[in-house]
Amino acid sequence: MNSLSLSPTLVSKKLNYLIRDALVIAEENGHANTPQKGLLTEDTSVASRVLEAVSKSTLSPQVLQVSEEPNTVPTPVKKPSKTKPQIDVKAELEKRQGGKQLLNLVVIGHVDAGKSTLMGHLLYLLGNVNKRTMHKYEQESKKAGKASFAYAWVLDETGEERERGVTMDVGMTKFETKTKVITLMDAPGHKDFIPNMITGAAQADVAILVVDASRGEFEAGFETGGQTREHGLLVRSLGVTQLAVAVNKMDQVNWQQERFQEITSKLGQFLKQAGFKESDVAYIPTSGLGGENLVTRCQSSDLTQWYKGKCLLEQIDSFKPPQRSVDKAFRLCVADVFKDQGSGFCVTGKIEAGYIQVGERLLAMPPNETCTAKGISLHDEPVDWAAAGDHVSLTLTGMDIIKINVGCVFCDPKEPIKVCTRFRARVLIFNIEVPITKGFPVLLHYQTVSEPATIRRLLSVLHKSTGEVTKKKPKFLTKGQNALIELQTQRPVALELYKDFKELGRFMLRYSGSTIAAGVVTEIKE
Amino acid sequence: MKLVRKDLEKDNAGQVTLIPEEPEDMWHTYNLLQVGDSLRASTIRKVQTESATGSVGSNRIRTTLTLCVEAIDFDSQACQLRVKGTNIQENEYVKMGAYHTIELEPNRQFTLAKKQWDSVVLERIEQACDPAWNADVAAVVMQEGLAHVCLVTPSMTLTRAKVEVNIPRKRKGNCSQHDRALERFYEQVVQAIQRHINFEVVKCVLVASPGFVREQFCDYMFQQAVKTDNKLLLENRSKFLQVHSSSGHKYALKEALCDPAVTSRLSDTKAAGEVKALDDFYKMLQHEPDRAFYGLKHVEKANEAMAIDTLLISDELFRHQDVATRARYVKLVDSVRENMGTVRIFSSLHVSGEQLGQLTGVAAILRFPVAELSDQEDESSSEED
Repeated sequence: MNSLSLSPTLVSKKLNYLIRDALVIAEENGHANTPQKGLLTEDTSVASRVLEAVSKSTLSPQVLQVSEEPNTVPTPVKKPSKTKPQIDVKAELEKRQGGKQLLNLVVIGHVDAGKSTLMGHLLYLLGNVNKRTMHKYEQESKKAGKASFAYAWVLDETGEERERGVTMDVGMTKFETKTKVITLMDAPGHKDFIPNMITGAAQADVAILVVDASRGEFEAGFETGGQTREHGLLVRSLGVTQLAVAVNKMDQVNWQQERFQEITSKLGQFLKQAGFKESDVAYIPTSGLGGENLVTRCQSSDLTQWYKGKCLLEQIDSFKPPQRSVDKAFRLCVADVFKDQGSGFCVTGKIEAGYIQVGERLLAMPPNETCTAKGISLHDEPVDWAAAGDHVSLTLTGMDIIKINVGCVFCDPKEPIKVCTRFRARVLIFNIEVPITKGFPVLLHYQTVSEPATIRRLLSVLHKSTGEVTKKKPKFLTKGQNALIELQTQRPVALELYKDFKELGRFMLRYSGSTIAAGVVTEIKE
Repeated sequence: MKLVRKDLEKDNAGQVTLIPEEPEDMWHTYNLLQVGDSLRASTIRKVQTESATGSVGSNRIRTTLTLCVEAIDFDSQACQLRVKGTNIQENEYVKMGAYHTIELEPNRQFTLAKKQWDSVVLERIEQACDPAWNADVAAVVMQEGLAHVCLVTPSMTLTRAKVEVNIPRKRKGNCSQHDRALERFYEQVVQAIQRHINFEVVKCVLVASPGFVREQFCDYMFQQAVKTDNKLLLENRSKFLQVHSSSGHKYALKEALCDPAVTSRLSDTKAAGEVKALDDFYKMLQHEPDRAFYGLKHVEKANEAMAIDTLLISDELFRHQDVATRARYVKLVDSVRENMGTVRIFSSLHVSGEQLGQLTGVAAILRFPVAELSDQEDESSSEED
């Protein structure tokens, strides 16, 4: 069997034999293939083509487990010149993980808490924004009479956002820490832009909650009507478990320890209720405008005399990357569609599960159309493959751009995502003003989609902790209840059950500008 | 609508003659008609004539026919009403029992005869003939990339145009695509407004959106209007009113209509009243769940106890073709009125009416708490839904 590694022609002969008796060969391969990886680097094109045929033909149920074995035998690690490569993504991923890990971070908080300024300043201090650009922003913002917004302009790029000094859509960029590459999403804080914030937060692994420490401002953001609570609840319901709280504008309260403690105790209580573990929440006093305690620990004696903890960058660096579902079928939710130079068009989004290589066929749902991924780029650099957790932009060909909307899901044609207009879900009702009855019109926020829907039926109220049915067919639902409901959307949406894909089974319901419930998909009807 | 004649017998049988004038009147007529009624109206019929030599020709002839109604079809977009039935009054062109479809035309009178005129239909006629009800409002509900241009009349909300444009997000160092797409989107909305809103009729145009979209849009629209010297828009500038809504989807129109700035400007629109009534119902459900009922069974039960203060009912229910079912709803309405309750009949073409329709179509705010039905009865009533 050792000859298999040496001559490609022999390999293909062996493989023909393999078609005849896949089981036996596979067993032999079982002990033969392991030491050979990497030797088969040159001119395996014939072999790999044959192999594709083999793996298809051997995909009968009884050999399903073993047929994977021959598939991995000649997988070249390097890229052969002519044919489309079959990269062992898992091995590659491990290699990459050896380097810096990727992490998606969303910055949230009440409007004017200083999210954009904080992150803009952080980017500047890290050298991601060059001095000349920064100088330009300073000059221009001064001219516009908004000198304090200079750092925010790093992330707020549209004219409208700069003019008004309000982030309107999620700003996306990347930076690196000691051990990680961070995809940063700067969410808008204004109440009206929560739909945008949800699309950002749906793609995040971890979050920074920014609160304004100055007198009155924290309270305004924290009390009802403020976005601090809503954002906190939203990110938790969207699956974010690790949170850093940046207590911002501490310089305005002279870095008082009492104020810091007052805020942390108030917030701590709330975050605990929202479902964050105390050990996963860190509090960091910062000053976004002054740039204190961002990338280096603060030197100011006002702070150092009572704060010995991490600075913001160190905290970001210490986030634990979450488990990625690389083994599952490929899924990507479209966050943006646009035309780029060259043929085809681009879509961006976070890969929720599985992996993708250049040249693979993809299925888009709900339009139910296939296309080819011509190119993949990660952080504006072309790559050959990408895996779950990566925030990528795909160049697609073989499909019309009009068919693709924000919210479509790209998936593996062999294991397509389900599409439906009616589904059942378990929901947790938030603090709402009017009770929910059947027939309630809501906006369904699922990943990057926002789709009008109605509540078709209230099936049952569940016990909060045990999940037992406490009341069947309730007349209405009020705050804090756990319930099973049936939803009907106007147009078909692509959904996954929560038990199959945790990341893709979550959704939010909103009604007239406030979030009324968070839920998970339990059953897809039609 | 103009009422020309009304002849009703003691047993409530009889006929009325009406002249529809506006598109909305078609909607009212649609709600008046029932299978089994007889309708007399002027119509066009294709008639085959055979000459003495045997050659066959066909002519379109205007004639007045009386039909026994079999099917009613309403096109809410074009506001056209087609009524199909068999001829019950023979004339020289059309034989007895021949099928015909009348498309009712505005400004031509028709006569409708029913065996039984009930209170709900009579009220409908009264309402339709009241000129004070005419207050036309147009609304543009929008968010980035999505806009609905609607006409709100007292009893209808008509979506005239839906504009959906994919707007690329802002990306690092590249906002031009975003800005260009946004401009294209605004342009399309302006086009839709010009095409679908008749400023001679419309008193007020609501521009509702979350965030700054409405401001940005209005700025864009009037800038363009000045540039292209668009008199139509410039002259009607004062009619535009900016209000807040949480999204650009159609149901967000509800929020725009209950905005205080709007209600003060439109002293009496049925739409806003309906929104408020439904809100009151939900508020009651929140504070005193035993004083807010929905579902026919539950509401009837409350009515038996003479507990109903306000009855909310969708006009969809009165279009029920089964006479007995319809009679049940009419009886409910009459009995609530008898007990000094108020009845609000929601138009199913309004956003709030749509919501009520989803909520079984009938709901009630009670004067005093009534204990909920026991579970067994509950089961049976929900199976019915």
